[in-house]
Formats: sequence, C-alpha cells, structure tokens
Amino acid sequence: MENAAIQLKNLTKKFGSVIANDNVSLEIRRGEILALLGENGSGKTTLMNMLSGIYYPDGGQIFVDGKEVIIGSPKEAFDLGIGMIHQHFKLVDVLTAAENMVLGIKENGRLNTKTIGDKMKKICEQYGFNVDPDKKIYDMSVSEKQTVEIVKMLYRGADVLILDEPTAVLTPQETTKLFAILRNMKKDGKSVVIITHKLNEVMELSDRVSVLRKGVHVGDFNTSETNPQELTNLMVGHAVTLNIERTKCENPVKRLEIKNLCCVNDDGVKVLDDINFEAYSGEVLGIAGISGCGQKELLEGIAGLQKVSGSIEFYPPDGSEKKELNGKSPKEIIKCGIALSFVPEDRLGMGLIGNMDLADNMMLRSYNKGKSPFADRKTPAKLAEKVVDELEVVTPGINVPVRNLSGGNVQKILVGREIASDPSVLMSAYAVRGLDINTSYTIYNLMNEQKNNGCAVIYVGEDLDVLVELCDRILVLCGGKVSGIVDGRTTTKEEVGLLMTSLGGGKEDNL
Amino acid sequence: MDTLLNFIVAAVLAATPLLFGAIGEILTEKSGNLNLGVEGMMFMGGVAGLAGTYYYEKAVVEPNAVVSIIIGVVCAFLCAMFGAFIYSFLTITLRANQNVTGLALTTFGTGFGNFFGEIMGNAAGGYVSVGTVIKAAFDEGIPVLKDIPVIGKLFFDYNFMVYLALALTIILAYFLTKTKTGLNLRAVGENPATADAVGINVTLYKYLATCIGGGISGLGGLYIVMNSANGTGGVWVHNSISGYGWLAVAIVIFATWSPLKAVICSLIIGSLSVIPYYYQIPFIHSAIYEIFPYIATVAVLIMMIFRKKKSNLPPASLGLAYFREER
Repeated sequence: MENAAIQLKNLTKKFGSVIANDNVSLEIRRGEILALLGENGSGKTTLMNMLSGIYYPDGGQIFVDGKEVIIGSPKEAFDLGIGMIHQHFKLVDVLTAAENMVLGIKENGRLNTKTIGDKMKKICEQYGFNVDPDKKIYDMSVSEKQTVEIVKMLYRGADVLILDEPTAVLTPQETTKLFAILRNMKKDGKSVVIITHKLNEVMELSDRVSVLRKGVHVGDFNTSETNPQELTNLMVGHAVTLNIERTKCENPVKRLEIKNLCCVNDDGVKVLDDINFEAYSGEVLGIAGISGCGQKELLEGIAGLQKVSGSIEFYPPDGSEKKELNGKSPKEIIKCGIALSFVPEDRLGMGLIGNMDLADNMMLRSYNKGKSPFADRKTPAKLAEKVVDELEVVTPGINVPVRNLSGGNVQKILVGREIASDPSVLMSAYAVRGLDINTSYTIYNLMNEQKNNGCAVIYVGEDLDVLVELCDRILVLCGGKVSGIVDGRTTTKEEVGLLMTSLGGGKEDNL
Repeated sequence: MDTLLNFIVAAVLAATPLLFGAIGEILTEKSGNLNLGVEGMMFMGGVAGLAGTYYYEKAVVEPNAVVSIIIGVVCAFLCAMFGAFIYSFLTITLRANQNVTGLALTTFGTGFGNFFGEIMGNAAGGYVSVGTVIKAAFDEGIPVLKDIPVIGKLFFDYNFMVYLALALTIILAYFLTKTKTGLNLRAVGENPATADAVGINVTLYKYLATCIGGGISGLGGLYIVMNSANGTGGVWVHNSISGYGWLAVAIVIFATWSPLKAVICSLIIGSLSVIPYYYQIPFIHSAIYEIFPYIATVAVLIMMIFRKKKSNLPPASLGLAYFREER
C-alpha cells in the first residue's frame, strides 16, 4: 500500500511456551495516528517492542518504507527513525533535559548545552511543547518527563513515534495538551502509534485503530466507522461458558465497609481515589480492572501493607463492635481474621519463601503462636500434609523447598494456607494466574467453600469470563476509581469490559 | 610555624595515595561498577611498579630518573588494570556479584603483591630495594622552585606523583561534566537501559571505565611503595598497603562521587593519619591516633545516610549487572 511508513508481516514472538504475538500483520501510515487497542497481556507492548528493537521477533518481517529491515537494537530502530516512548521513561534522572537529548549521539568533544537548548527550543515552538532545557529530570513532574521523552525522539529525528499508554500517568488537562501536540505531529507528516486500552482516547484521537486480543490481531478499523461497543466486543472476545458452580448467598452480613479510601504512590500519583464499597459474608466480591488500576494498592491497604487514607471498618463475625483497621499493623489485622493471598507475576514474591520447605512456609503464619521459645514444627507439618492431601498438591514431600514446585502447586499451597487460618475475610488476587483449567477449578471450589462457610471473599481476577461466572457482585476499577459495582448474575462480559476501559461505562462522555 | 608547615606537607603526602585510589574508584563507579578491589589493585600496582624499576635498574649501568619513572608508572598502571580487567570480565560479561568479586580481587591482589614482593626479596637475598637515583626520582620536588622559602616547600617540594594525582583529578572532573563521552558514561552508571536504548555501548563503557579506573587506583599503590614519606621508599614491605584501598573507597562516598571533592576528603583523612607525629595531646595514647582516619570514615559514612540532595546520591545502577532483555 502506498503511504505506508512501516509494515509488519506475520510477526510472532514467544516467551517460553506463551505466545505473546501470533502472526500479527499491520501497517503504520504516514501522517496518521494509529491506536493499538487491547486488554492487558494482549501483546500490544510486545509488538511495539519488536519494532523498537527491545525484543527480536521469532518470526515474520518488518518493512520500513517498503524495504525489509532487521532491527536488532534500540539504536538500529533510532537510525530508521522509529522512536518509542515507554511507560517507564528512559531518561537519566540526574542529568538535565538538554543533556538527555544528546546521550549516545556519536560526537565527541565538549558538551555545548547552549546549542542543544536552541535546537530544543525550535522543536518546542514547532509542535507546541514547553520544556526548560536546564531543568534536572528529577525535579520534573511526570508530564514534563514525558514531554522531554517526546522532544528527545524528535531531536533525534524520529518519523514514527510509538507511545506506550501515554495518558496513564497524566491528568485530563495534560492529556488534552498531549493530544494537541500529537495532532501537530500528524499534520507534519509523522506517524504516531498510541498503545492504549482506553476507548474514549481511541475515539477522540486516532484515525485508525487496530485491535489485539491474546496476541492475535483481530481487526482494523477507521475510527470514524466504528463505535466503542464494537471495539469492546472485539477486545474481550466472545463470552465463554465455564459452568463454575455459584451457590446462593446465605444471609449476608456486612463484614467490611470501605469509605473514601485514597492512596498516593511514591511518584505522587493518586492510585486509589475515593473508593467506597462493602463486602458481605457469604459472598464473593470480584474486583475487575485493567492491571495497575489500583487493585494491588486496594488489597494491600486493607491488609495494612500500604499507607492509605480513609476508613476501613471491620465487623467481626461474633457480632462484637466494629473495628477500624486503617492504622493497625498487618499483624493486628491478621488477628482480626483477614487473610490476603496475593499472587504476583512471579508467584513467589509475596506470601511464600521459595527456599523454605512446605512445612516452614505454613509456619510463617503461626510461628508466633504458643508460649515456648522453641518453634513448634509439628503442627505446621501436619497442616502442610493436610493441604497437600486436600488440594492434591503434586510434591515429593513436605520437606521440599517451595521453589521446586510448579507454579500451580505453589499457588495451591498459598491459597490453602490462607484458608486454613480460617479467615473471616479472604482476599485473593490472581489466584489462578497461569494455572491450567483443572487446578483453577480446584481453587474456585475452595473459594466457594469459604463463601458457604460465611467468609467474605474478595477475588481480584484477570479473566472476565471467570469473574462473571464466579462472583456475586463485581466491583470494577478504572484508573483508581470505582467505575461501577454490578451484579455478577445479571451482568455481561461486555458491560464489565466497558466499565473497565472508561469510567461509568463511557455513559458520561457519550461516546 | 615550622611544625605547621611540616604537618601540611606530610598531610598532602599522606593524602596522595588515597586520592589516586579514590578518583580511580570514582571513574569505575560512574559506570555503575562497584569495585571493592581497590586495595588489591593497589597491591598489584605497587609490586609491579617496584619490579619494573628494580629490574630496569639491574639491567642498565646508569639508571635514568625519567625513564625509571615512566617504567614504574606504566608497570603499575598496567598491572592494576589487569586486576580490574579480571573484575570486569567476571562482573560485566559473566554478571557475577560485584561485591563478592571485588572482595575476591582484594584478597587476590594482596596475595599477588606479597607473593611477588617476597620472591623478589628472596632472589635479592633478603629484601628488594631500588637504588638512590630511582628513590630520589620518586621523592624529589620541582628543582629551583622548591627552594623558594615557605611557598616552595608548601607548593613545589612534592614528588611528581602528587602533581600527577591533581592533574588526573582535574582531567577526570572535566571529562565527567563537560564532555559528551563523560555524559554517556554517567548515563551508563545511572540507567544502563536508557543508555542502551540511545545507542551507547554499555559493555564497552563499563569495561573501559573499570579498567582505566583500576589502573589509576593502582598508581596509589605505586606511590605507597616507592615514596619514602613513611620511612621506607623503594622497598617491598610486607602488607604495605594496609587498608589504604579501603579508605579510598570510603572517600568516594565521602566525596559524593565528585573528583574535586575527593581532593579535600583525601586531605582530611590524610591529615588525620599524620597528626600524631606533629600535634600530640599528652593524655591520648598514640595507638588511639592511629585509628583516627577510620573513626572519621565511620562518622562520615553515617552522616552520608542522611543526605537528601539528589545530586549527591551514588550512580543509580551502582552494583547492578546490566542485562538487556531483563525487565
């Protein structure tokens, strides 16, 4: 096709047995803004990383201006005029903006910050940026840093700009400004690719949109000829029936009441913004959201691991007076019967210690019980045997270091231990991450069992099909805010998907 | 007045090997490599420099001072650089743990220095020592200028290595802040992934900075062995470096990775180590004085914990191996 700046043909990338991109073909044209839309883990970033030289494709071809090229490093991508702005900015903190511009440019000799500053000013005027060349990066706000990154790419002569979730860290005003700049660049004949999962941005900014789902390229549209609903359906795919057993809630009693919960992270960004909800005994409350929307902070906040403001009220099952959990230490919160099993990406990160054996890992919860100065190893060993037995953990024995077990078995032990502590609130995040179907069902059943026993289960999940089938209610987070709470029995995957990608299901912005 | 003058001169002489060690380590650490083998590289530089000058002296009838200086410096630099190269290969190419590798280099270098020092001594029948010409070459100040009263003694009566150390410091400071190559090097130490993304050869920069830095540190060893400020010049003394390398590492932190500040910090530590010979307080035992530099170091390191200014922080990726495909 004429006018195509870059064409990708059948690009494939595998990480171990996981296929991140499966035969993806798409093209980026000159003077257009292309939106690359997809859920988390759909392979958007991986695809663009191959274009920018971070990853090397396992198969397929890349054409720049009609010529096939091999991009082996970020440097080679630069030389082809491809610049990518990552979510984590590639800037050197202790240097000034001007110094960051010239890093790595093959020129020896004295550093002349004035000429660099002049050239920067020219670029800024052309596209409408506002950057102080002599400001150190560590003194800058996130939006300023992003601007420096974009200016850096232009300074180095990029014709194709790839932005990975550029608005994730910006305020609405800053976003408007960024969009204006991107439109200026488009007018100048540059190609812009934005990786995003926000539908309203796609509709507002882009000329064309390509949708990825689970590594597969599922559609290309001219933005003017499509609508958010169509895009959402493509993004989340068709509903799959899973037949997870969902029992009725038996006399739900309020367990947790969260009021005005807010959390600000180290970068000063509000990751939780005025969260309000209640969790009842005997129900599974699902939490859905694109990853990084505050799920982790929310759970950690309740467990006392993260500093939050607002109130977390706990209603003990014995009917005694409610307790305020915010401000209590994690240990006190555990004593109240609140268990957190968080399965991070690397599975072992939180909750289990890889080098310790099964029994010792069980002991992490109970080492403090009893009066004797000597550790009681018999009870945890018994518990470990029980967990192995009941959850069908495949292991040579309970004296094997946890890290030697396969991922699924590690997760079973983690969830099993949390359940064994007989919690009144069980929080579980990504409990089935990377598990096969059967093991997943074991874990769903475990959670259902807890629910029937009158425990309030909070389940953070990634798979919408599961959330819709398993949960009684689903709380949807979007950018640190509650975008809606829906009934799990009546909602659809599409509804949840729409809530995840835009606040209030996009009804407010009328897209 | 005389005591003060002598004290200042002695402090400068004591500070110089520390300065060599510190600026070499600053160059190394700016690339993100924490090389704790400074002590070892000083041993290696010291013994190699001594060997070079000693065998040069034996080979010619009338040794020339300038030639012996060049041979000494080159031998010391190359040998210490070899130590740094081993470290680089292990930590950069094989991505071994930098702390462990650095400590191993210290142990290795100490053994290396003492082993060859003793061997040379045994071969020479007791101990190895260079003649007066070479000794003088490493001790004497600038002719004519040094004879000016007071000023001559204060500024021009040092051996050439003092001026070499200062020159290297100024060159390093200029290189790091005012040149593009220096900028690239700082980027490598701060954020290698970023440096890589803009096309800087991270591996090459790390290798060069670590090896050249190691060579410079090794000159500190040469100074300790060859200079007779501490009584024995041009002689191999068992365990002669005795902790100077570690003080140099501490000075790097003290100086907040700035070569120019390292001059002042070396002077402070250097003067503390010679103070008992010039100003004695009667009721303090002389052994207590010996530990002054170390007490000061500990105090400084504790103070450093409380610094807040971002520009005073160590290079952000210090101590971490860089691997492109790791996220």
